[in-house]
Amino acid sequence: MGAGHGHYLHYHGHSPVHRLPAHTKLVALLVFVGAVVATPRTAVWAFAGYAALLLLAMARSGVPAAYLAKRMVVEVPFLVFALLMPFVATGPRVEVGPLRLSEAGLWGAWALLAKGTLGVGASVLLGSSTEPRDLVRALDRLRLPQPLVQIASFMVRYLEVVLGELDRMRVARASRGFTARSVRHWPVLAATIGALFIRSYERGERVHLAMLSRGYAGRLPFAAELTATRVQWVRALALPLIAAAGCVAAWMMAS
Amino acid sequence: MSTPVLDLRGVAFAYPDGHQALFGVDLHVHPGERVALLGPNGAGKTTLVLHLNGILTAGAGSVTISGLPVTKDNLLEIRRRVGIVFQDPDDQLFMPTVREDVAFGPANLGLAREAIDERVESALRSVGMLDFADRPPHHLSFGQRRRVAVATVLAMEPEILVLDEPSSNLDPASRRELAEIITALGVTVLMVTHDLPYALQLCERSVVLSDGVIAADGATADLLTDAELLARHRLELPYGFDPSVLVRSER
Repeated sequence: MGAGHGHYLHYHGHSPVHRLPAHTKLVALLVFVGAVVATPRTAVWAFAGYAALLLLAMARSGVPAAYLAKRMVVEVPFLVFALLMPFVATGPRVEVGPLRLSEAGLWGAWALLAKGTLGVGASVLLGSSTEPRDLVRALDRLRLPQPLVQIASFMVRYLEVVLGELDRMRVARASRGFTARSVRHWPVLAATIGALFIRSYERGERVHLAMLSRGYAGRLPFAAELTATRVQWVRALALPLIAAAGCVAAWMMAS
Repeated sequence: MSTPVLDLRGVAFAYPDGHQALFGVDLHVHPGERVALLGPNGAGKTTLVLHLNGILTAGAGSVTISGLPVTKDNLLEIRRRVGIVFQDPDDQLFMPTVREDVAFGPANLGLAREAIDERVESALRSVGMLDFADRPPHHLSFGQRRRVAVATVLAMEPEILVLDEPSSNLDPASRRELAEIITALGVTVLMVTHDLPYALQLCERSVVLSDGVIAADGATADLLTDAELLARHRLELPYGFDPSVLVRSER
């Protein structure tokens, strides 16, 4: 079928952010998200600072804002939950316009909104500026246990194959006059998922056999181990370390 | 002349990424005809097929099935009239048993239980797979799965059967059995293939799709004996196959 193929997340580019070795970016993401999550939610100024740092990194990456924004839509279910919290949480209430909202709920919603958006934004930036296979190499370089690295590696390799298969099944279903409109159609979708699962499972067995017959013994050979110079580490970690400092400062001011 | 089952006028299509696959295709297929759509890989054959039942919508031109234009409002009726058998039967068969899978299309048409059972039975009988009705599709051989895939479409009683590479991956015996089934059905067929001997065996008429346009249209025997035409469109006969010998012996 003539369906286009390509990466769903990666945005091709040569910016300074793209050029950093993947494992330095992964560590940077962890430090940044750790700092964001550990910051007390009342330190609103700290979150403004984090957002500024993240926007700076996004601007340096050269990935269009619309591209990043579209991929941040995965966050929407959490936002809905955050919006509900002021209405359903208990405790003292405050007047906001015509509404009486829970104060604790408002703070909870704010924390979820701010920390979630910053975390998703940073992750989307990493995904957009790093090739999927480099992310897997980064996990390998950071000494993640081999089984997990290999699972990630197979996911990268076969995700598009499986999605392609799913899409061809959708076309074949539609060609026989099917459109999913209501709950009554769920059994058909369930059968599709079931068939896809069995096929993927069988494909997994065939791939494994093919690997064994080429002498697979538990380790995937990666082209070359990732390396990073000290300068690259400093560049990657500069913004996250500022964020970490902000987090420490926020705690000291809070206590 | 009768209303063509398939009437394509100036169909052009470009994928969202800008790659243009079809550049104005004109094609008419009349009731009872069996037509082979020949073309090398990447000529736009599958893209064209997906226009026939409105999975893809032409950027320009029109597709009409027995007088009914392919538009959003009559998609269900179009998909009943045009039965597409895809290249990989595994894409088509996904229900737990053969019977349920063949019943899937008629059920989408909103038929009653008894009518569905009747259609399932007759469709499976016509491809010789009635005895396998209660088996799961993934336990069947590849040739059997392709025949069941044909049955899933026959059960919708289409006006034209569109087969995408029907002979691919079949062993010679399954290939012959499928040919016998197709000839016995007596329905209008558009067969997309680059298997030239199969086209000669099954279809009296062929059209060549090359670089997104119809490059030739005529009797299969004439097209396949025109070596220069075949070479120009990257079509090749299998080693040792000489259609002129076959054509002469039949005359």
